[in-house]
Amino acid sequence: MDTLLQHYNPVSTNQVKTWFKACLEKDIPENGGACIKYQNKQIAIFNYKRKQKWYACQNLCPHKMEMVLSRGMIGDTEGIPKIACPMHKKTFSLETGENLNGDLPSIATFPVKLENGFVYIGFSE
Amino acid sequence: MKTVIVVGNGMVGYKFCEKFIATPSNNAYKLIVFGDEPRPAYDRVHLSEYFENQDAKALELAPATWYKKNGIELITGQRVTDIKKEKREIHTDAGDSHSYDYLVLATGSVPFVPPISGVEKEGVFVYRTIEDLEEMMAYASQIKAIKPNGRAAILGGGLLGLEAGKAVLDMGLEPHVVEFAPKLMPRQLDSRSSNVLQLKLESMGIQVHLSKAANQILGDKVIEGMEFGEDDRLDVDMLIISAGIRPRDELGRTCGLEMGTRGGIVVNNKMQTSAEDIFAIGEVALYNQMIYGLVAPGYEMADVAVNQILGNREVVMPDDIDMSTKLKLMGVDVASFGTPYMPADRGLSIIFENKTKHLYKRINVSHDRKTLLGGILVGDASDYNMLHQMYLNGMALPENAEELIVGARGEGGSAFGSAMDLPDTAQICSCESITKGNICSSLLDGKSESLKDVIQCTKATTGCGGCKPMVTELVNETLKSMGKEVKDVICEHFEYTRQELYGIVKVKGISTYNEALDKCGKGHGCEVCKPALASIFATIYNDTANKEDVIQDSNDRFLANIQRNGSYSVVPRIPGGEITPDKLIVLGDVAKEYGLYTKITGGQRIDLFGAELNDLPAIWKKLIDAGFESGHAYGKALRTVKSCVGSTWCRYGMDESVSFAIELEDRYKGIRSPHKLKGGVSGCIRECAEARGKDFGVIAVEGGWNLYVCGNGGATPKHAQLLAEQIDNETVIKYLDRFLMYYIRTAAPLMRTAAWLEKLEGGIEQLKKVVVEDSLNIAQELEMDMQSLVDKYECEWKQAVENEEIGKRFKHFVNTDDRDDNLVFVPMREQKMPEPWTN
Repeated sequence: MDTLLQHYNPVSTNQVKTWFKACLEKDIPENGGACIKYQNKQIAIFNYKRKQKWYACQNLCPHKMEMVLSRGMIGDTEGIPKIACPMHKKTFSLETGENLNGDLPSIATFPVKLENGFVYIGFSE
Repeated sequence: MKTVIVVGNGMVGYKFCEKFIATPSNNAYKLIVFGDEPRPAYDRVHLSEYFENQDAKALELAPATWYKKNGIELITGQRVTDIKKEKREIHTDAGDSHSYDYLVLATGSVPFVPPISGVEKEGVFVYRTIEDLEEMMAYASQIKAIKPNGRAAILGGGLLGLEAGKAVLDMGLEPHVVEFAPKLMPRQLDSRSSNVLQLKLESMGIQVHLSKAANQILGDKVIEGMEFGEDDRLDVDMLIISAGIRPRDELGRTCGLEMGTRGGIVVNNKMQTSAEDIFAIGEVALYNQMIYGLVAPGYEMADVAVNQILGNREVVMPDDIDMSTKLKLMGVDVASFGTPYMPADRGLSIIFENKTKHLYKRINVSHDRKTLLGGILVGDASDYNMLHQMYLNGMALPENAEELIVGARGEGGSAFGSAMDLPDTAQICSCESITKGNICSSLLDGKSESLKDVIQCTKATTGCGGCKPMVTELVNETLKSMGKEVKDVICEHFEYTRQELYGIVKVKGISTYNEALDKCGKGHGCEVCKPALASIFATIYNDTANKEDVIQDSNDRFLANIQRNGSYSVVPRIPGGEITPDKLIVLGDVAKEYGLYTKITGGQRIDLFGAELNDLPAIWKKLIDAGFESGHAYGKALRTVKSCVGSTWCRYGMDESVSFAIELEDRYKGIRSPHKLKGGVSGCIRECAEARGKDFGVIAVEGGWNLYVCGNGGATPKHAQLLAEQIDNETVIKYLDRFLMYYIRTAAPLMRTAAWLEKLEGGIEQLKKVVVEDSLNIAQELEMDMQSLVDKYECEWKQAVENEEIGKRFKHFVNTDDRDDNLVFVPMREQKMPEPWTN
């Protein structure tokens, strides 16, 4: 199971080698999220319409290794944007990937950019 | 004005500045700080995090502007090269000189590089600064480019070495930890706990080599391997040395301060060196013949030096320094305190080991079994804080000391008391030296009113954060003892109770979540307030969960219960448990077509499990075409009204319980409430429908129905209580309308009727007054509100299958029609189940 987690390493903007054209902006619900597939990766994308910000992270919850984070609820705590897993409400920062309400491993986050109505996710490979 | 010069801007040097400016008498001094790294002080304890985010700012203890704002002159990138003791002057490598009244040496340490031949080869690194990390990362990515399965060795299996192991794992190389001693973390662990930790690390892919002394680094110019002895070598592409530290004491040596034989500047308990106006703190200081490589003693030294310089001469360093540590190494808890391992003549040990779970706990107890001398925890350090406090404060041990690590037998669980039982002098936050007294008096003196204030005021929890649970408990208990109500607000985004929020939404006519945030909330919401507001909107407007799906709890958003592997269950409504053979066949056909696990539930209906998100609309289309509706099994809403067959068939039946159950289920279906609602109707007092175990229950008796409310099964079973006796069908519905609506309006989120009644002042008698006697004069309004909800009912699954836009929600991927290939089912008794969880 740990091998699944190893598919997902955080990518910072300066490490991006590929900007993957993931979907249309309107495919992702406002103030909510959805999942896209890139090669063998599942990536959750979130549209913070209220603050005009987009975030992306692995769809895999490191707690029980299920591909579900995109179906969770987004929000913030003390200004940190976060995603709550729909399984057991484990929450993760969408900025650093850190588990905010426990000691789980961090999730991988990915850079997002928008162009001409499309959403692009940055990958380092 | 006098001048204090601090040489070194590491964690301890920074702490000196922080403590200095916090002392009122600092105005008479000018503070100048030299740091030879290019950036201001950062958190070296969490250095390995830099690999994850490469965010140097996140590690910064304070930005450069903080120094300026506090009148501190910070000079980075410049090294102090000489001290002229007699002239009270320092010189720097930029050719400048400054005079001082007091000099504080906080130069820290450098990594110890053992004299192994070949250690100068390319690919050998030390692990200390952000710059070290950057070089390592650059080198590692070069290796990975040519050798995807590259290996890196870490020399040293102590705290820092294991941290470096994690860094190597993050860099994508295969880590090998090489330790000279026969165990890992030799200062903190005994050999059994080291074995347990080693097993855990190896399960994560980190190889461990113990009792190995490297005698040569192999390779031409570039490292290719390490040689330990004859025919004993390890091929590696990179080596990281973290084999301990050596104090950076050159300045002390050249200016003639008293030095330790093996390095370190000798200090007394005032942190004074052999020159009375020169102080040394942190890893450069030799105190009690020891260099303390932990941050907590370093911080304490900084505090002592500040006090000595500013004239509080009575503040000195204690003789015994607590070397207890708790940390998380790659997600594994490791802690040791007091005397972690000890000779048998000093005491006795109690040891619990479970290698299957990578768990080890040891406590050492004095011969008279009264005092805790120390211990080790690996795999689970949740009891560390309490054990550490018992040790520090010499608190009496419980009669069965083993309960401290294996838990008390029988009821009650914990062998520990409350944190409030600790003496005021108990040090709760050892990073910041904050005692229980500091925390409690901050509240009692009125300086703080909340956990947040206490943290701001005392800085407790801001170091490693390990003491947070204890600080939280102390704050809550102290507030309670002061008679302060800890208000039951929804969350940080809405400072109201659910009932208050219901009132605001209704009065202001708020109908969307964003509007609610704008008008009476703040921030961007969370998983607590979103469903709470969704429930409030549903109560006021009875729109279905499709209207604003992103604020619904995940189950409501997809109109199905998420199951263990991320698949969903499908539960159509079968009112009263009555179903025709034709409908049964449809359920069977659909289950067969989609390969669903099928089970009859406790609520007299049929659950179909294991449906994939993509298939939900098609499954429901078939069910709806056959006349089924959503069963709302996923929602905080009415589930079922269970019934027995009643007088229709039963020879004891007093009334038609099935008919009445169907009528009630159809009336209240689809209504959202603070928690799930269940009902039951029994045809006689034999109570086959278990109506008194439900939120509302009706039992047929001579001359009508008895109506019971506020029961539940679940974790704390409660029998429902009698609300009215011998009433007719119409009156049952009238009272139920009032009761349910009153509950829905006033309960807290996720509070079931039984808990709600317990909190209702006056209890069931008060409820009777409101519902039956209409003492609040709101009965008519409650009935009207309920009727309007009943009138607006719509099946949300019908909406979803008929509306293409809503249908799009049920795709696992938005950019492809592929299915989730992570879904794994295994066979079970002719059906299927999700693959069991391994963690």
